[in-house]
Amino acid sequence: MQDISRRYFIKSTSTLGVALWLGLSAKGDTVKSLDPAIAENFSPFILVEPNGNITIFNNKPEIGQGTFQSIPALIAEEFEVSLDHITIKLTNGEKQFGRQSAGGSSSIRGSYTQLRKVGAAAREVFIKAAANRWQTDATNCYAEAGEVINRTTKASFTYGELVGDAAKLDLPKDPQLKDPKDFKILGKPAHRPDIPLKTNGDAVFGIDVQLPGMLYATVERCPVLGGTLKSFNAGEALKMPGVVKIAEVERVIGRYSSVGVAVIADSYWNAMQARKKLKVDWDTRGYETFNSSAYDEKLRSMANEPGLLDKKKGDVDSLTLKPENIIEAFYETPQIAHHPLEPLNCVAQVNGDKVEIWTSTQVPSSITGGQIDGFKPENVKLNATFVGGGFGRRLSVDYVNEAVSVAKQINKPVKVIWSREDTTQQGTFRPMTFSQLKGGFAENGELVQFEHKVISPSYSEANRKDFNIAKVDGTMVEGIGEQAYEIPNIKTSYVRADYHVPLGAWRSVTSSTLAFAQECFIDELANKAKMDPMEFRISLLHKPSDTKKVLLKLKELSGWDTPLPKGRGRGVAVWEFFAGLCAQVVEVTYSKDRSVKVDKAIVVIDLGEMVNPDNVANQVEGAIIMALGAATKPGITLKNGVVAEHNFYDNPLVRIYEAPKIEVHILTDGGKIKGVGEPGLPPFAPALANAIFAVTGKRIRKMPFDLQYI
Amino acid sequence: MISLNVNQKAYQVDADPNMPLLWVIRDIIGLTGTKYGCGVAQCGACVVHLNGEAVRSCVTKVSRAEGQQVTTIEGLSANNDHPAQVAWNEENVPQCGYCHSGQIMSAAVLLRDNPNPTDEDIDNAMAGNICRCGTYLRIRKAIHTAAELQRKEVKS
Repeated sequence: MQDISRRYFIKSTSTLGVALWLGLSAKGDTVKSLDPAIAENFSPFILVEPNGNITIFNNKPEIGQGTFQSIPALIAEEFEVSLDHITIKLTNGEKQFGRQSAGGSSSIRGSYTQLRKVGAAAREVFIKAAANRWQTDATNCYAEAGEVINRTTKASFTYGELVGDAAKLDLPKDPQLKDPKDFKILGKPAHRPDIPLKTNGDAVFGIDVQLPGMLYATVERCPVLGGTLKSFNAGEALKMPGVVKIAEVERVIGRYSSVGVAVIADSYWNAMQARKKLKVDWDTRGYETFNSSAYDEKLRSMANEPGLLDKKKGDVDSLTLKPENIIEAFYETPQIAHHPLEPLNCVAQVNGDKVEIWTSTQVPSSITGGQIDGFKPENVKLNATFVGGGFGRRLSVDYVNEAVSVAKQINKPVKVIWSREDTTQQGTFRPMTFSQLKGGFAENGELVQFEHKVISPSYSEANRKDFNIAKVDGTMVEGIGEQAYEIPNIKTSYVRADYHVPLGAWRSVTSSTLAFAQECFIDELANKAKMDPMEFRISLLHKPSDTKKVLLKLKELSGWDTPLPKGRGRGVAVWEFFAGLCAQVVEVTYSKDRSVKVDKAIVVIDLGEMVNPDNVANQVEGAIIMALGAATKPGITLKNGVVAEHNFYDNPLVRIYEAPKIEVHILTDGGKIKGVGEPGLPPFAPALANAIFAVTGKRIRKMPFDLQYI
Repeated sequence: MISLNVNQKAYQVDADPNMPLLWVIRDIIGLTGTKYGCGVAQCGACVVHLNGEAVRSCVTKVSRAEGQQVTTIEGLSANNDHPAQVAWNEENVPQCGYCHSGQIMSAAVLLRDNPNPTDEDIDNAMAGNICRCGTYLRIRKAIHTAAELQRKEVKS
């Protein structure tokens, strides 16, 4: 951005006069500057040029979640400009734009008020500039569609015409935010400005970047995860057409590191052909005997260990409940891949101690903030692109560092592309979690005991060399001790299992598996209590809470109390976690051939505030499709140390004919603002499994489950 | 040298005849709207039209396209105004957008062959195109919308 900002600045001062940048200080105050390149602690979000051009900067990567519209919308609403009349630019990890990352469904909930404030301060300063010119009071002026209008005379100035004057005025510290009833953009369905680019081939993703003289590379990595290069013979590969160089290259991700062999050629195709001719000897470090089936067995046996205490309420250990009033269950979930449809890729060019990077990433700020090995942050220049799916895989920068290592060895820009097989077999993956659950009732029928023990490898241990394994990895017990159910005695705990495979947060992180275990077990408890699953949940919610509100709404909207015909069933689940809150009812049909068809999901998502309801619906629909795949499709397994799956033929994703109807209801009552991208995911699998129980009487305690034969 | 006609423009490319059309289109000709997703005809991100029929360019040798008419997403319409493109915009179909070049190219052939497709027709015709973001409900809806737009076009 340094370059772009300077270019804008020079252009506007030399030919058109002053251009004005408006944004936030590090303290969150609204500030403005004529040159953000020299202003300290300044995050610019708006650029107004004297020719009337307005640019709004989106500092959250566009990974499909809609920030290309939703972030500028927050500013444009208050600034009184239409998104159709401005330029939107993605930021590139420049320090002045603050934390640039897309994760945790945090983009809007983290920016909602602050960015509106930027827009409001900008509006006020332009109104004041116009009022001064007309020698009238600011209250006699209003802003609309990029202009300030004089209420009395109906005269108007465009923002462009006012830039010079506005630049001389102080920005208001506490600008007046608009009354939501006057919103023109926020809360209204809107077309996203990136969509036209995504229907005619214009959108540039990382894999589409082309540079003069660019070479292509593919990397042969040790098929046994945990292994590394011993030696290789490049003789035959070097003779293949187009091959330029063959080089060792290291991939590092958290505690995981492995040396592979990069084949650099004049085209990706030629690089791939030559890769097949490599003769590589791997040091498999003993991991060649690792099998997922044996590892799963180990996790099951570890359920007997006490583990580390996560959360405790009351005292489950002092209870003396009758054995017949206690139930226990064990749930299992698989390891799975993220599979963004754009395979991992990165273009890098090294020039001495400087590196320039072009890539699809969820974390521009990590790339420019010190995570590129061997380069000072100020010597890393990033060009961020549209991202062809992230789902957590692109929170890791292993593939970026690996491409930089390739580029270091050749004096040209080089594009490293992972094949789908590389993406399927090398991780990162969402780890499997196994859950031991226990619940107990008092004599009066009250649920008084709830225990959830998670047995799994640790995300934090895999990704942070400094992680202390004597402590609970909070990521692995996410949400389980914090549900709104009022149960007097709750204990949650964690048993950590050693694991050598690269792990990476997967959309909705551990809630994507723990919600399945916990919300199915709640159903088991309802069944034990001989209560309707919806009524049972509501009976555990005495105090007013968002969860209670959402469930009551869902009960009404799903027609829960209207019985379904024979052969059909419905199930419910709700989940609140760091990203947000969502509840779902799933309806299924069970056939004589024992297959289950998912008919419909009815969704209530609680947001507090929202930007674009149509985009929220799209996100929730997508989350459900993704959850359906994670619940019913085979996961990633290792045999003799190697991932047994290869591509979509043996690691399938949901296809169009499997998509159920989805009804999305959004609650926006002005309460706590919550995320959109992830919360639609966790409740789906348990609601589906609970629906299957309702119609078949069969309790599913293991994902994936095969809908063709229940 | 292999002669190709892509989006009504003639190209002479110096490539291995076994090189998939996908990589010729992307890396040699420089049209990047056609995407690589799986390389084994599983995901449909690479769908282009060869003489008007949908093919998976990742498994189509460039030699097979020699002297033939290739159409990519960039050549589907002059102004992003093929009924499928208009409908995709109207229904806000894409999320990340990566698969939609292929989705639209598959849908365009369906809409030509079957101007009034049912949900089942759509599911059958689009079964080979994966959308990891899960926009399938919108794809179905947009194809119905496109069919309607197409019918209006024919009438007017």
